[in-house]
Amino acid sequence: MAEGMTWSIEEADKLTQAEIYGDVLCQLGDKYPDLVAITADLAKSTKIGRFGQKFPDRFFNVGIAENTMFGMAAGLAQAGLRPVVSTFAVFTALRSAEQVRTDICYQNLDVKIIATHAGISFGQAGTTHHCTEDIAITRSFANMTVIVPADGIETGNAVVAAMEWPGPVYIRIGRGFEPHVHTTQDYGFEIGKAETINDGNDITIICCGVTVLHAVRAAKVLEKEGLRVRVINMHTIKPIDKDAILKAVEETKRIVTVEEHNVFGGLGSAVGEVIVESGKACAFKKLGLQDIYSIVGYPEDLYNYYKIDSDGIVETISEMMGKKIEEDEDWEDET
Amino acid sequence: MPLTQDEIKELHKKSREIRKQIVEITYSAGGGHIGGSLSQTDVLVALYYKYLNIDPSRAHWEDRDRMILSKGHGGIGWAAILGDKGYFDKTLLKDFNKTGSPFGMHLDSLKVPGCDASTGSLGHGLAIAIGLALGARLKGKNWHTYVMLGDGECCEGSVWEAATIGAHHKLDNLTGFVDRNKLMIDGPTEEITTLEPLEEKFRIFGWESLRIDGHDFAQIGDAIEKAQTIKGKPTMIICDTIKGKCVDFMENDYKWHYGGINSDMVDTAMKSIDSYYQNILG
Repeated sequence: MAEGMTWSIEEADKLTQAEIYGDVLCQLGDKYPDLVAITADLAKSTKIGRFGQKFPDRFFNVGIAENTMFGMAAGLAQAGLRPVVSTFAVFTALRSAEQVRTDICYQNLDVKIIATHAGISFGQAGTTHHCTEDIAITRSFANMTVIVPADGIETGNAVVAAMEWPGPVYIRIGRGFEPHVHTTQDYGFEIGKAETINDGNDITIICCGVTVLHAVRAAKVLEKEGLRVRVINMHTIKPIDKDAILKAVEETKRIVTVEEHNVFGGLGSAVGEVIVESGKACAFKKLGLQDIYSIVGYPEDLYNYYKIDSDGIVETISEMMGKKIEEDEDWEDET
Repeated sequence: MPLTQDEIKELHKKSREIRKQIVEITYSAGGGHIGGSLSQTDVLVALYYKYLNIDPSRAHWEDRDRMILSKGHGGIGWAAILGDKGYFDKTLLKDFNKTGSPFGMHLDSLKVPGCDASTGSLGHGLAIAIGLALGARLKGKNWHTYVMLGDGECCEGSVWEAATIGAHHKLDNLTGFVDRNKLMIDGPTEEITTLEPLEEKFRIFGWESLRIDGHDFAQIGDAIEKAQTIKGKPTMIICDTIKGKCVDFMENDYKWHYGGINSDMVDTAMKSIDSYYQNILG
């Protein structure tokens, strides 16, 4: 993280992603007097309401009116303020896709969006409240930066970094009840720069959001089987860290992507685009929702059901490693 | 203070000039939203040549009044005014719609100086205007935000979402206009989906609501000046207008929502405009 960009919350590792961003926003409110926060009747659920309690004059709850909320955010940004908007991912990327794209991204405005309850993290609420399309949608908006933090600590880092990052930013978080992957905020978070959490040269897992935790767990299981698994936390989907992907292709020749999202258009697609354009070949598998709508259930059960938890990752990697992989030493002739 | 007869005369002259430019641009561009550009002209001329606190040499001057054309398809008419005001070299308008031109049917705020928001997708402008008006309040600024909606645009639910929120925040630094030309792409609004009573609807939503003849400068001026005195709520001015105003073969014909014209039609249109203003200005 760049010099001077810090936040401080006691026992952050015990808090959810949303609780941390709510508290971090309160700290940023002191630093940025022009920071304004907006939500659409989800002040409590998203935790942006914490900012509202501290700065009531700079907080707007528009009621259940997401489209107007994003348009207002554009107007506030044009008025010279720094709007931070928060609602569920499904209402951001689906209901208000056009306002986000046309009012905010097309005009390249400094609006930071924190979309909560993404993926299948709000499992019991059912598909109307799940969002397994938002990465695909938001990364297709020119000017938009898309970040999927692995845990609460990374969410804090992402929110802080986003304030100094030009243009619109979409930060996608779940409910965030899972244990944190990071134990400290000082691990060098940088937008657009992937984090290698576990090193290894047998296979690479590229993941984001809650799947980072599951990937780390899977890597530990597989290590006992003698496999050295590289785990790349691709917290920034756009701009994506091409170097990290291509290095992994070259050094491990097998990639599996894991995401809480439809396998069409999300992290796996973004990684696949980089690999295909490089002309390099590798074994490649995308884990996520296989173009289906999610079932209802507890999130941890759903992660298991869709094989994006550590069990599913271990199973997939075991299968991949059992297959014969082309070990082409003459790498350069394929480019 | 009501507009003087001299001021009204000058505004008419300017409207004549702008309407002629709209015809010229529509011709050179190969087509355009000419009907709605002609219906909105008088209200925009009153704003740009009498009421807006703007400085075209400083398009991004922080304290300027904001103007959002939520009916972004009126871009040809808006660009004609912005060019005439000196926001850019108006000879550039001959390239309207041409590949690589900064000017397309719906103006781009990042490319056209004086365009405060990229609009065109209907139902977006009022929310942006509310953000700008709230922003002025937060920053302790005195700029006034104006927004013009199309009447067909008022079919969009987001207009009423925004109307609710604008009233909630008591935005008396916000004034809207509805260009009530009574026609949308496919025909008369009241045949397609009833919009009336529009004035009453905005009033019920908590706005000061006025209804005027949108081609009568005395009424336009009075309404804008009244809106400036209203406290504790935003104002919406429903402007009854004629789609295709001043071009006799286009007036009140929904087929001229968008269209192209040939050189003979340009001549006829110019004669029609001259004849209209001959009656007014003598």
